[in-house]
Amino acid sequence: MFDSLAGALNSAYTALVGKKVLTEQNIDDGIRAVRQALLEADVNFKVAKGFIKDVKERALGQDVIKAVDPGDQFVKVVHDCLSELLGGEKTGLPHADKGPLILMTAGLQGSGKTTSCAKLALLLRKTKKKNPLLVAADLQRPAAVEQLQTLGKQLGIPVHAEGVSGRAPEICKRGIAYAIKNQHDLVILDTAGRLHIDEPLMRELEEVHKKCKPHGVLLVCDAMLGQDAVNSALEFHKRLPIHGVILSKADGDARGGAALSVKAVTGRPILYVGTGEKPDDLEEFDPPRMAGRILGMGDVVTLVEKAQEVIDEKQAEKDAKKMLRGRFNFEDFIKQLNMIRKLGSMKKVLGMLPGMGQMLKDVDLDDDRFKRVEAMIHSMTVQERRNPDVIHVQRRRRIASGSGNDLQAVHDLIKQFKMMQKMMSKLGKGGLGGMMGGGMPDLGELGGMPGMPGMPGMPKTGKKGRLPGPGAQGGLDELGGFMRRRKR
Amino acid sequence: MVLGRIFSGLARTRERFASGLGRLLGINRQLDEDFLDELEEILYTADLGSTGTEIVDELKEAYRKKEISESAAVLPFLRSQLLDRLHGCEGTLAQAQSGPTVILVVGVNGSGKTTSIAKLAARLHKAGHKVILGAGDTFRAAAVEQLSLWADRLGIPIIKQDTGADPAAVAYDAVSAAVSRNVDYLILDTAGRLHTQKNLMAELAKVVRVLRKQIPDAPHETLQVLDATTGQNAIRQAKEFSQTAGVTGMILAKMDGTAKGGAVFGIRRELPLPVKFIGVGEGIEDMEPFAAEDFVDAILSFDGESAGKR
Repeated sequence: MFDSLAGALNSAYTALVGKKVLTEQNIDDGIRAVRQALLEADVNFKVAKGFIKDVKERALGQDVIKAVDPGDQFVKVVHDCLSELLGGEKTGLPHADKGPLILMTAGLQGSGKTTSCAKLALLLRKTKKKNPLLVAADLQRPAAVEQLQTLGKQLGIPVHAEGVSGRAPEICKRGIAYAIKNQHDLVILDTAGRLHIDEPLMRELEEVHKKCKPHGVLLVCDAMLGQDAVNSALEFHKRLPIHGVILSKADGDARGGAALSVKAVTGRPILYVGTGEKPDDLEEFDPPRMAGRILGMGDVVTLVEKAQEVIDEKQAEKDAKKMLRGRFNFEDFIKQLNMIRKLGSMKKVLGMLPGMGQMLKDVDLDDDRFKRVEAMIHSMTVQERRNPDVIHVQRRRRIASGSGNDLQAVHDLIKQFKMMQKMMSKLGKGGLGGMMGGGMPDLGELGGMPGMPGMPGMPKTGKKGRLPGPGAQGGLDELGGFMRRRKR
Repeated sequence: MVLGRIFSGLARTRERFASGLGRLLGINRQLDEDFLDELEEILYTADLGSTGTEIVDELKEAYRKKEISESAAVLPFLRSQLLDRLHGCEGTLAQAQSGPTVILVVGVNGSGKTTSIAKLAARLHKAGHKVILGAGDTFRAAAVEQLSLWADRLGIPIIKQDTGADPAAVAYDAVSAAVSRNVDYLILDTAGRLHTQKNLMAELAKVVRVLRKQIPDAPHETLQVLDATTGQNAIRQAKEFSQTAGVTGMILAKMDGTAKGGAVFGIRRELPLPVKFIGVGEGIEDMEPFAAEDFVDAILSFDGESAGKR
């Protein structure tokens, strides 16, 4: 998402290098580039117009801070405006005073409601220890009920379904009664997709809302929506009070500008973002963090949080110590490989690191390489894994044919592994501090073997909320400095 | 009447788009900066993207050359500009020289593939053709069931495997069945996938390869379903799917809302793809061949009555 906005800002920044103050003339090109980028990102025309006006006024109205150069100042103004447009401070789900928390989805056909319902239930079960119940109230689309039931079964989340013969409002009502009886503390109602101008179906939605009194209605919006997004969102919002937006399919290359517009015209925040096909690919939306990501500042906080979720801290610490003593072997390696894979695809993970988003734009990171590496290690004997030094040519040949790779691949793996071992033991003598720095290898190397070294240290540092090395400098105050570093 | 239905489907599109345009062109106004700004906004709001700026620039040029001097002349100017850009955009379904015609249907998640397939199948079936469906979306939960329900309703046979099966295997089975049962059309569904997912796009390429194993010139038609509410990302989608699966035409789905489907213009700038059908409603018969003049007129006319009677 949002590549070209970052690009536009970069060019605006470059144009301001060496300038002493921001003037109407010298920000004009930057302003125009930002406007064009917003329109290409499907931000609603009116919203973009307002945004640009805002940026201009603030940029020119600002007192010149001597120490800051105009380029930094301009980028910071855009960042602030963008943060506000994206939703200001972080907002969460509503609370239920008593009984289960009832959430209801709404949206156009194909926006991703059913998938989002299942993902949300899973996320809240994991993060909020909820005991969710899904209610299948999409009686319009053929097999929508089966879809939710299948997802429920896969994830171990109960689904209240009554086939397609009844009426949605009653089914939802009975679903809630069922939830209360069975001690579910979260109910998510999956409704049918509908056009905002389909009167009978919009009335049905109102009826569901009236009968079930959900604590919050979540509008599911496709990240690829165009200019019409504001029309449909406004109409839904007119009929039902929207609590927040789930932005679906945000893992593509759509810039999601329409979603920003939806926020701007309804005033309701984006709460969650769908980031992939897997059930756990749903993330909480954090506006300042997202604004940072858009501007190419990376998203280290998300990465650390994800790491904390999937990495066993004690194990990681043990591994780290082992690594630093140079006693790291293939058994440890594969354990770590699996942990990293739980974080998501390599491109996604790296995309969260500052500056990587732009660099990775055209790089094709192949997650299959993980599998190849894994296969090679699995083709080793226990002895070989524990003591890589014994792997001579005969053994390598066997490993290659056993794992379906050629000999060269095995050579490379072992060579890289040994280099890493050496690097680690060197680092061990230098202390933990340098690890993250060493853990961000150049991209060419990454394709061959994933950058392992930094990982074990992560949960520990994440706890303190800061990462050692370059990641720690992604703060807002440092934004300008960062942009400069990246430009060199 | 065919035209009537397109217009009823497009009616709201027209109202929204035209209300601004009507206001703009209805009164005799000077063609000044304000006017051009408003015009650009209206074109952008229809998802025309940079084509909007392009047309406004053309208008400026025409004004400078004194080819256009008043707002009344703007409407015919816009019409011809838009139509020019859709030149060659109409097209009929391809047909195999002999044996079954294989139609592969692709698109991003939630674009409306399965529903469009049902509509297309109904259309061909009604025209007296022998049709068979292939349930190639083995990824999304209950997608196979969804297509099966349509097949049952239409009384059309369907070739399927369980969810999770290899879609290429389903494709293989479906082609075998199509050949042995000597049908006229095989319509093969595929799972929705974002065009940025390399591995899923590779899977799609494999489906195409497998189809060609049995029928070398298959698929005879690869239709990409595009949601009319899609913004500028539509262009990237079309490019990627074309590259991977050799798209031969588009189905513009969900034209019955207030979205304008203007992304088609952006796609046309980059690719010579025709739009073969548009989806104009929820009913099984709510699909029509794409007609460029109707599409443009429906976008531009702000008097629904007279347009409908054309």
